[in-house]
Amino acid sequence: MPRILSDMLIIAERNLVRLPRSPDLLLAVTVQPVMFVLLFVYVFGGAIQTPGFDNYKDFLLPGIIVQNIAFGGFLTALGLAEDMNKGLVDRFRSLPMARSAVLAGRTSADIVTNLLSIAVLVVTGLIIGFSFDAPLQNIIAGVGILLLFGYAFSWVFALIGLLVSSPEAANSVGFIAVFPLTFISSAFVPVESMPSVLQTVADVNPFTITVDAMRHLWVGGPAGNAVWGAVVWSFVIFAIAAPLAVSRYRKAASK
Amino acid sequence: MMSDMTTDKPPAIRVQGLMKSFGDLRAVDGVDFEVPAGTVLGLLGPNGAGKTTVVRMLTTLMTPDAGRVEVAGLDAVEQATELRSRIGLAGQYAAVDENLTGAENLTMVGRLYGMTRGAAKARGQELLEEFDLVEAAGRPASTYSGGMRRRLDLAAALVAKPEVLFLDEPTTGLDPRSRLDLWATVETLKAAGTTVLLTTQYLDEADRLADSIAVIDHGRLIAEGTSDELKDRVGGERLEVTLAEGADSDAAIEALLPMSDERPVSEDGVVRLQVRQRGGTLVEAVKRLGEAGLDVEDLELRRPTLDDVFLTLTGHAAEATEPEEATA
Repeated sequence: MPRILSDMLIIAERNLVRLPRSPDLLLAVTVQPVMFVLLFVYVFGGAIQTPGFDNYKDFLLPGIIVQNIAFGGFLTALGLAEDMNKGLVDRFRSLPMARSAVLAGRTSADIVTNLLSIAVLVVTGLIIGFSFDAPLQNIIAGVGILLLFGYAFSWVFALIGLLVSSPEAANSVGFIAVFPLTFISSAFVPVESMPSVLQTVADVNPFTITVDAMRHLWVGGPAGNAVWGAVVWSFVIFAIAAPLAVSRYRKAASK
Repeated sequence: MMSDMTTDKPPAIRVQGLMKSFGDLRAVDGVDFEVPAGTVLGLLGPNGAGKTTVVRMLTTLMTPDAGRVEVAGLDAVEQATELRSRIGLAGQYAAVDENLTGAENLTMVGRLYGMTRGAAKARGQELLEEFDLVEAAGRPASTYSGGMRRRLDLAAALVAKPEVLFLDEPTTGLDPRSRLDLWATVETLKAAGTTVLLTTQYLDEADRLADSIAVIDHGRLIAEGTSDELKDRVGGERLEVTLAEGADSDAAIEALLPMSDERPVSEDGVVRLQVRQRGGTLVEAVKRLGEAGLDVEDLELRRPTLDDVFLTLTGHAAEATEPEEATA
């Protein structure tokens, strides 16, 4: 195995073994999304009209799953901010390992936790009455898009984690930066129900495009160009955030 | 420098014209030194002197603005990756992953040095035993005391049996017992042939551990040599005579005058002088004072400490608190 790959896996493993030992983090990737699904479905569900969908559950699940996956990267922001603070980055940099493995390993670990979140959310959805309305290959393609989108956002959170001074700040900055984007999108309500200014934002929002792609792939919603759009957006976000995070890492770590 | 200690081997560390600035601040301003293989160099200086910046450049964490660094015969810029496989670093903070157990920390570091999982585990076990962490091996490092974390950190630095070990203020913030343990470890490593560069602001630490000492202040080396050589630079033995109540200190100064090159000084019934030699000094002083009919309460002959050295060289005390090093 090439060195970069094995080092990346060692770092990813190191980031994953902590999860079962940190009940707070484990709750954040499992129970919290379930809570949101239940709240949205049973509190708002009755009031939100979703023309073209059988019920609000079918409308909501692809949306809330995209939101959750985007936020899955908060583990990266948290982890990197901690590593920078505690001098662990110095240790890594003094080892004969591939330097890029620290960031690549950290973000790759999110893929595993994101898969866990997806599983928990889908099972929750199925229990409360969500049903897939698509061929199997589309459902699998949907999982692929979720992981891709989540991975791109892991790099956004990597950048955030390296910019802020503490793990606490990483959490709140990440929340403030990403949360509004997820709401001004088609994730929770039909875009047509928003004021026109917000509709303009929502229409170009990568969240809207990715959520629409998920609805198409999982419940047969209208496709448009959403699927390709979602893939392109993931690559664009990755292509912007990753080099910024890498250069920030180099700068911050060599101080 | 330190040519008297040179062996057949090339020096383990060779630093020439090392420079590093942060904005307008010249953190390291033209530093040269060599450390013969198998010896311990103490890099001594107050906070903000540039010690950490030097260590960061020697361990490839930072690129020098100018100058050359060679560690274990490898260039720190051109051959950085190979160099990293030959060194160990324990910094000012215990750089351990608090979410991993002690054993997992060492295994991870071993694997990142390129060992197989099995080899890394076995080496980790050895170190856990050596550093008295066997009982705590299965607990997350977050539950460790400060001293245990430092031991784990040092163990991590030793995973690959490095030829050259860098310790950046290894005992800052340690309790006295842990400090003694760490000193013993450094002495064991040296006996096994490891070259050690340690930075410290504690003079007794440099005095105890280092074969040679380089004193750094404001980014420059202001003195280097063995502990004894440095002490000789600030003069010989100090004799302090505490006179009995009512004894004439002027008479004491006259009586002791022939023992020193300079005129003894007196303050509050204590007469101080620098003597030319150590042997027979106390006996001679007692005899001279007795002949002058002066009663003595206490006599003390002491070597100058590194505190005296630092004060003489820099005009300020070594452990004075200054703002934290910008690069720390």
